[in-house]
Amino acid sequence: MKGYSALSVIRNALSGHRKWKPVWRHVTPKKHYDVVIIGAGGHGLATAYYLARDHGIRNIAVLEKGYLGGGNTGRNTQVSRSNYFWPQSSAFFDRSLQLFEGLSQDLNFNIMLSQRGILTLAHNHHELDGIRRWANAIMINNIDSKVLSAPEVKELMPLINLNCRFPIHGGFIQRRGGTSRHDAVSWAYARAASDLGVDIIQQCEVTGIKVRSGAVTGVETTKGMIAANRVSIAVAGHTSVLAKMAGFRVPVTSMSLQAMVSEPVKPCLNTVVLSPVIHAYVSQSDRGEIVIGGGADIYNSYAQRGGIPKLEECISSVVELFPAFSHLRLMRQWAGIVDVTPDTTPIMGKTPVDNLYISGGWGTGGYKAIPAGGETMAYTIANDQPHPLIEGFGLERFKIGALINEGAASGVSH
Amino acid sequence: MLQIPCPYCGCRDESDFSFGGESHVSRPLPDSSDAEWSDYLFNRENPKGIHYERWLHSYGCGRWFNLARDTVTHQIHAAYKMGEPKPDLADVGND
Repeated sequence: MKGYSALSVIRNALSGHRKWKPVWRHVTPKKHYDVVIIGAGGHGLATAYYLARDHGIRNIAVLEKGYLGGGNTGRNTQVSRSNYFWPQSSAFFDRSLQLFEGLSQDLNFNIMLSQRGILTLAHNHHELDGIRRWANAIMINNIDSKVLSAPEVKELMPLINLNCRFPIHGGFIQRRGGTSRHDAVSWAYARAASDLGVDIIQQCEVTGIKVRSGAVTGVETTKGMIAANRVSIAVAGHTSVLAKMAGFRVPVTSMSLQAMVSEPVKPCLNTVVLSPVIHAYVSQSDRGEIVIGGGADIYNSYAQRGGIPKLEECISSVVELFPAFSHLRLMRQWAGIVDVTPDTTPIMGKTPVDNLYISGGWGTGGYKAIPAGGETMAYTIANDQPHPLIEGFGLERFKIGALINEGAASGVSH
Repeated sequence: MLQIPCPYCGCRDESDFSFGGESHVSRPLPDSSDAEWSDYLFNRENPKGIHYERWLHSYGCGRWFNLARDTVTHQIHAAYKMGEPKPDLADVGND
């Protein structure tokens, strides 16, 4: 596969863009693989890529029941940040942000990373105190963070209404946070993995996980039985369903989280803004659309559509923050199924079944973790022991009580 | 918007209610193992299909009750009072 370059764009332009080749190979599954990864979202594809690139394992299949990147990887609001509270989360998510910073070069694919900053708002004095503590903790973890006063917030985004229903007292910003193009991330990893010999098999749903004497031996799929030495689960909202196939339970609740975009408008918002209190986050995409997200529906759901009450709550919050946005029309609204854990920290590492690994429980924050999630899971699968960055993220934390409660610490609400 | 049939008040909008998670989770005995206790505290069925779950009619009668609801279609198959056993939904063909 030839890489992308200015020259290749010019050459293909001269031939009317008719000679571009598909970026990943279409294959029929083999009978046996060294590693089978279930789920061709960002995490599954990144894991396959780093396994092939860093650990010399090339006989890999990534199985996808729908189409590549069509689950939560293609449904999120594209935000990257590492403003967590606990040292374990900070180290992991900042590694991810660092990988994002070099990803376009690494993968020769423009992921359009825009480090426009992410601003978290405080709506009362107590919350501002909490935010100072949080921002200081982030700096102690060696990650950039700065507390802003209300006038500084206004200067950053003139459209904001400081005297809204819950008046804005200030906030804090992580300037390295920002957005990138989610489709590009999944396509870039897919192309790079495919080039290294990884088989990406779409429309291939896993219907069973074969376990013999406590170890995984393969998976049953809609395209037949596939034997595997090692299997890794990276299926976002369906983590409980896959775990049940392998015979164990996980502390996960699946919920639907919705997002929406408006019609495109001229540049008017150059930062990602989020408010934990009124629960809304908003940014402007490179195409000019206002991208809006909010809270998850309150009940368990596997339906990839959101409920109207949450939609209304979210839009009314955003309109209160930015009254000018009330003039916009929404173009699209959609939902993805997020797998929420009790402490809102992901579940990564080994499982009660030998040679079966899991990367799940990402809740609403899986997109930003794709590069580091792939890198650490590749290490974990190759060495059969958790990567040092994810040692605390294993299922056993629920037995020993070593929770990493980001829900309480940094307002990850689901 | 779900239309939820409260067993005490009748059908009301979803926004009247609060969600209480999986129902019929029983607390282990005091001599249970750490593994049983952790399973009780954290692990949930989280099925793709019929979910037996607790709801509170917060802005109505203020009482708890159970629903059997499909997590894919959101269809509500049964509403029943606290303490009552799970309804038999074998004919729905999903559990």
